[in-house]
Amino acid sequence: MAWFDARIDVTHRPGILDPQGATIERALPALGWDNVSEVSVGKSIHLRVEAADEPAARAQIDEMCRRLLTNPVLEDFSLELRTLAEDAPR
Amino acid sequence: MTARVGVVVFPGSNCEHDVVAAVRALGGDAELIFHTETTLGDVDALVLPGGFAHGDYLRTGAIARFSPVMDAVSDFAAGGGPVVGICNGFQVLTEAGLLPGALQKNAGLRFVCRTVELRVETTSTVLTEAARVGDVLRVPINHFEGNYVCDEETLATLRADDRIVVRYRENPNGSLDDIAGICNEGRNVVGLMPHPERAIDAMLGSADGAVLVRSLVDAASRRGTPAEARAS
Repeated sequence: MAWFDARIDVTHRPGILDPQGATIERALPALGWDNVSEVSVGKSIHLRVEAADEPAARAQIDEMCRRLLTNPVLEDFSLELRTLAEDAPR
Repeated sequence: MTARVGVVVFPGSNCEHDVVAAVRALGGDAELIFHTETTLGDVDALVLPGGFAHGDYLRTGAIARFSPVMDAVSDFAAGGGPVVGICNGFQVLTEAGLLPGALQKNAGLRFVCRTVELRVETTSTVLTEAARVGDVLRVPINHFEGNYVCDEETLATLRADDRIVVRYRENPNGSLDDIAGICNEGRNVVGLMPHPERAIDAMLGSADGAVLVRSLVDAASRRGTPAEARAS
């Protein structure tokens, strides 16, 4: 078994209006930044998981994302995994 | 036989007593069912009320859908039992997959709390059977995340199968196709953002929600009637 550090990047699905992105995009020109477009707001989820190997960790986190951490109607996600050293603090 | 409506209480629900009072005012009986229950008891209909279940952490309804009671809610719905999700209850039903689509933050990021006009689009649901198509009902909304979204295919299905139950006459939150409420394929599960339970008496500003609560009580009564009595 090994510990893995996961960074999950949750993004608003393209094609579904992002109310937060739209509001920020309208606010930026008021401060003089009128050259910004395509603003989208997501969330970042960080966690550690203990698993037999990287594919096992990846499969588990993938399922966690699909069942709980994201709503596939609204959101996409991508995953970055890093193997922690054996003696990593838990 | 008096219809018994179960009102599911999650930590953070805050409209359960309003629903109980509305159901009783319209001739039904109501009882609270805590989210840790795994059985529903002898109820003829269910309401998932408004509020902020589990603080709406992660996403609205995302944690609540895994409450112990939700398996029983799903079974009850699968068996044809009337289930209505109001506001946060609608969000829970979409997260649970009992209704398609999702509810996201209002366009303009405004919390909206006012009485709006709804148009009844179909009467073949457990929430609208006592109404007429085209009826305009004044009912309060009170939400930050009532902006209904779904993919194009789902929207086409909802339209084709007459599953858009109520629409806003003036869209307050950016909802796709002015959708305020939808139903499932079996038409026994309905979710809507407006609060009919807060509009059952003119003293509250509108009595237009009464026809919706009465529809649910009627649907529950039929379910509560033994089959042999119904046939006679």
